Amino acid sequence: MSAVQEALPAVRGSRDATVRRFALTDSIFHATTRAAAILVLVLLGGVAISLFAGSWQALSTFGFSFLTSESWNPVTEKFGALAPIYGTIITSAIAILIAVPLGIGIAIFLTELCPRPLRRPIGMAVELLAGIPSIIYGIWGLFVLAPFLQTTVQPFIISVFHGIPGLNGLFAGPPYGIGLLTSAMILAIMILPFITSITKDVFDTVPSVLKESAYGIGCTTWEVTRRVVIPYTRIGIMGGVMLALGRALGETMAVTFVIGNAHRISTSLFAPATTISATIANEFTEAVGDLYTSSLVALGLILFVITFLILAIARYMLMRIDARTGA
Amino acid sequence: MRHFIRSAAVAIAMATASTFTLSAAMAADLSGAGSTFIYPVFAKWADTYKKDTGIGLNYQSIGSGGGIKQVIAKTVTFGATDKPMSDADLEKNGLVQFPMVMGGIVPIVNLTGVKPGELVLDGKTLAQIYLGAITTWDDAAIKALNPTLTLPSTAIAVVHRSDGSGTTFNFTDYLVKLSPDWKDKVGSDTAVEWPTGVGAKGSEGVANTVKQTDGGIGYVEYAYAKQNNLSYSKLVNAAGKVVEPSLESFGAAASNADFKTAKNFNVIITNEPGDTTWPIAASTWVLIHKAPDDAAATGEALKFFAWAYKDGKETAKALDYVSIPDSVVDLIKASWKADIQAGGKPVYAGE
Repeated sequence: MSAVQEALPAVRGSRDATVRRFALTDSIFHATTRAAAILVLVLLGGVAISLFAGSWQALSTFGFSFLTSESWNPVTEKFGALAPIYGTIITSAIAILIAVPLGIGIAIFLTELCPRPLRRPIGMAVELLAGIPSIIYGIWGLFVLAPFLQTTVQPFIISVFHGIPGLNGLFAGPPYGIGLLTSAMILAIMILPFITSITKDVFDTVPSVLKESAYGIGCTTWEVTRRVVIPYTRIGIMGGVMLALGRALGETMAVTFVIGNAHRISTSLFAPATTISATIANEFTEAVGDLYTSSLVALGLILFVITFLILAIARYMLMRIDARTGA
Repeated sequence: MRHFIRSAAVAIAMATASTFTLSAAMAADLSGAGSTFIYPVFAKWADTYKKDTGIGLNYQSIGSGGGIKQVIAKTVTFGATDKPMSDADLEKNGLVQFPMVMGGIVPIVNLTGVKPGELVLDGKTLAQIYLGAITTWDDAAIKALNPTLTLPSTAIAVVHRSDGSGTTFNFTDYLVKLSPDWKDKVGSDTAVEWPTGVGAKGSEGVANTVKQTDGGIGYVEYAYAKQNNLSYSKLVNAAGKVVEPSLESFGAAASNADFKTAKNFNVIITNEPGDTTWPIAASTWVLIHKAPDDAAATGEALKFFAWAYKDGKETAKALDYVSIPDSVVDLIKASWKADIQAGGKPVYAGE
């Protein structure tokens, strides 16, 4: 009895020590994870600040005309970003136009219609597209896709639309094989897996009860997809598309190979053009002179801002769908 | 457990030791960066030199502009550039430059029914083509130069380099000298605002695009055209003679270049005089610090260059480069002795 009473404080003391130790490990754990999270913000801020500092000379020299001028002349040191901005946006937009219907189609097939044994192989094949390095896409585009377009597709399209006002300007020759449309096609293949896998994941969040009820009242698969699945997951699909768009905007190597790298804005989709990242990749190593380098950094800043906005919108949309499904 | 700790400690000690020996071996290697034009011959020289002396060369062919930046930042011992630095820039950064090797740049074409070396062009016509003023192959200006050829009415597909390049610098320098129009509208540099055509990345990109495009025209280093069996054109030179691209005609351009009176060896060898001279020849210069932080590394680099001037001639020839003439090499060595110093003594100890 007395022995037990003497032991009590000791037990209590060791219990307090244990609790204190637990509290300490927890607070260390908390601090470490928080530091990691803050590090990301610091890095992002650092990138933004250094881009801004690096591009200051160009921005202060050219001012607003940097965004509106098409001239890119290293000899006279007159730089304007309009041609690369135009090329970046147009190639990404066309890539989205091609990849979204394809990607959503694949996702619908995989989730709703695909026979079980085929589901994995097809899914894996699409995911593998994301694993191909961009330089491989570039080389494939230059050596395989471009000559094919040049000798078969482009001359045919040019002759078909020849003389039709409006469209003949959109598909004007000569057929180089490389240009806006070729890059957009390569980009479309590259962003396909992003759209497909995200769309597939959000399709899986649709409660089976909803789908089963729809089938129960006699809906066809088309109607279920069209009226139940897609409306329910609209925001999630948009988020996936935005992520893919962010990827397309920043793609460098593959585009550099097949865009034709010409600092010009032309209405023809077959004409050579350039994008922001292709311009930087092409010219940075040889850019001698502070203003030239600064202009390239300013291009980088513009791309950073565009991509940042796009990705922020994508995140916001995906967050909304998560909130709705309670995930 | 204790045994495990001991073996781990031994492993770590061994790993550290091996890193030390590695870095010691690395320190003996020469480091350089820059011109892609010179890369093939540097690679070949370095190979032989390593067998002879055990000293390797780590050369990054990242482009002339990159080489200039790296050598100024002192991340490499020497830089290599196809566009010579101006006297003021050399002065400002405490660098010396000297030519290492020369070569030729040739126009390549893709025309059905026209064999390599059949087509003749001159600088003025070439400039008009690259300005977009001449758009078809049966243009009167091209016909006048080729009275015997049957030229198709194919549209000319102009191809240029999309990345900044010393090849572009020399090519546009030639066009500036031959065409007032080109001088006014475009000018010359490692990258210019091209009035027409499509840009391809690297010499291999230009070669390929021309190969694939009926009616294409581009420009690449001669070695590249030769090894890929590309259809090149002849040119009319400053003396008004039609010349073939060859080691002889590049050599003629090199021997007519006056390095003796030029400050900092700054001689561009496009449009040189002489009956047998090829009009678009190019040199690559090496850049190195006057007062190097690491005198030993600089000394080793100069030793390698001296060896390359003397014993690398055959290798250069086999790769279609023109070696620097001996008379010029003597001038270069004299400039090393006079300019590159550490602690008041010349860094280069050779003859």
